[in-house]
Amino acid sequence: MHRSTAISLNVLAVAALGLFLWWAEGALDGYKIQILNLIAVNIILALSLNLIYGFTGLFSLGHAGFMAIGAYVCSILILSPAQKEMLFILGEALPLVQEAHAPFLVAVAAGGLAAALAGLLVGLPLLKLGDDYLGIATLGFAEIVRVIANNIPRVTNGALGFKGIPDYANLWWNYGWCVFTLFVVVRLLSSNTGNVFKAIRDDEIAAKAMGVNVFRHKLLSFTIGSFFAGVGGALLASLLTTIDPKMFLFTLTFNVLMIVVTGGLGSITGSVLAGVGITVLLEWLRFVENPVSLGGFELPGIPGMRMVIFSLALICIILFRREGLMGMREITWSGLGGLFARKGGR
Amino acid sequence: MTRDGIILEARGLTMRFGGLTAVKEFSAAFPRGSICGLIGPNGAGKTTCFNMITGFYRPTEGQVFLNGGPISGRPPYEVCRAGVARTFQNIRLFGNETVLQNVLIGGHLRQKTGWLAAVLCLPAHFREERAMRERAMELLDAVGLAHLAGEQASALPYGAQRRLEIARALATRPSFLLLDEPAAGMNPQETQELMQFIRNIREGFGLTVLLIEHDMKLVMNICEQIWVLDYGETIAQGEPAAIQSDPRVIEAYLGEECADA
Ligand SMILES: Nc1ncnc2c1ncn2[C@@H]1O[C@H](COP(=O)(O)OP(=O)(O)OP(=O)(O)O)[C@@H](O)[C@H]1O
Ligand SMILES: [Mg+2]
Repeated sequence: MHRSTAISLNVLAVAALGLFLWWAEGALDGYKIQILNLIAVNIILALSLNLIYGFTGLFSLGHAGFMAIGAYVCSILILSPAQKEMLFILGEALPLVQEAHAPFLVAVAAGGLAAALAGLLVGLPLLKLGDDYLGIATLGFAEIVRVIANNIPRVTNGALGFKGIPDYANLWWNYGWCVFTLFVVVRLLSSNTGNVFKAIRDDEIAAKAMGVNVFRHKLLSFTIGSFFAGVGGALLASLLTTIDPKMFLFTLTFNVLMIVVTGGLGSITGSVLAGVGITVLLEWLRFVENPVSLGGFELPGIPGMRMVIFSLALICIILFRREGLMGMREITWSGLGGLFARKGGR
Repeated sequence: MTRDGIILEARGLTMRFGGLTAVKEFSAAFPRGSICGLIGPNGAGKTTCFNMITGFYRPTEGQVFLNGGPISGRPPYEVCRAGVARTFQNIRLFGNETVLQNVLIGGHLRQKTGWLAAVLCLPAHFREERAMRERAMELLDAVGLAHLAGEQASALPYGAQRRLEIARALATRPSFLLLDEPAAGMNPQETQELMQFIRNIREGFGLTVLLIEHDMKLVMNICEQIWVLDYGETIAQGEPAAIQSDPRVIEAYLGEECADA
């Protein structure tokens, strides 16, 4: 397919998304809009983890840590000084924290940059480790971030966290960042740098023999992935309007991992599809946690049940369809075109 | 032979793994533009020599010089940048990638525009990647794989995978190419073609080639200089005719056959 055709189709798709959001904003109720917002954030998070794990082969379990950094930095920047004076009851906020204030766009970008910096610093020692150790070490990193957040009350308000974070993260901001993430990830992975990431995933030794500075490229992928994890965390903070250290437990990383594995490690379109599907399913499954009456019997709701169901589903995927929804394949415009052409021909 | 005529030199390379001495004091000087052979029975230490030259192993003792400058102790990617490329005994392709992508990855180290240029959609980036794709297609054409450019690398038949590995190594623009058993698993017809192909790329790319091979017909036909290893020791060195009649070489190979029987 011609490049210019593909570009026009992409522009059309973004325009269609814009129209849909415009319609949704007016027609849908708050609950449904919240789900749409979560979808956008989850897609951002899934793409960032897929870049690190699916495309570069770095088994990282530290996503919650990077999200926490993004969320805290962004919240501190968008909470007004007056709000912060009210919030910090465990100890007065540090002057820098108290005074810092920035528009939402800058705050989200700053959250991403802070997470990227953390990714760079953590990656320097950790990316020299073999795969299994990397998973454990990044898991430890995320836990350290949480403990630190708990113990620097003059920056994070300790275990109480923040409440009343301005809810700037509406459909437009979330999908704006989502499209931006998608754009960067697609550009990156369709360039030769993307080929090099995949080469490292496929065969690190051969990549070295081809003159690839493997460590540098791992660090690059990890840092860019961390940036978007921070962005996702920042948007989530503003979307939920409250954050505290308990929110950034391993389950948060697990949710993202589930989307990435379901969609397919190494498939961008897979992450997008699974981001939509799993966010919707997770919401829909809330009913299993509520009491239900079945033919006169009153079944009590079981808290945490939907996570059990999802964990089982994930195990099934790993057992029966290891490559996920899409494997490493992508849905492309020319692929879709071919599909319609074949149908039309018959 | 003058020093200028030597492209790569190994001096006293020794590699010990614990108590095992895999290679002992391997010294060799490879004339620029030549095709050289490294032979020996199984486990003689040939691949270990390759690994020391290309930076995958740090020699216990000894040094490697490329164009007179030391390269031993440098990581593999720097050795490759300096102009030494290799293939692997057990083929190592990027299996999930296409044939074309494999060659493009080989060209990456000579690429000027980086990831930021790609994200920012700079025209220079598109121009360079287009030029790289054209060059990669030329290389694939040279190894007769151009018609398979879009195929997944792991789906290729064995012989084609070997040729792709060579094309990928050529994409790094080497001056010295090491081939680890390039004819392994090929039928006589394919081996014949491979021989001609190695001669062609030596001319076309101005290469010096060092190859490990068990197929004696190929080695004796194509190599100008041969080194023979046995249990890590260099037992002979010279031109094919001399090697073929060397009693120690005959003994080493006969000994192996007796042991196999
Ligand atoms: N990384 C390593 N650790 C320990 N021993 C090794 C290592 N690499 C090679 N060896 C040993 O060194 C010896 C030489 O191995 P090498 O692979 O160089 O032989 P080769 O001549 O290439 O044999 P073949 O013809 O079977 O490929 C063998 O005994 C092998 O077991
Ligand atoms: Mg070998």
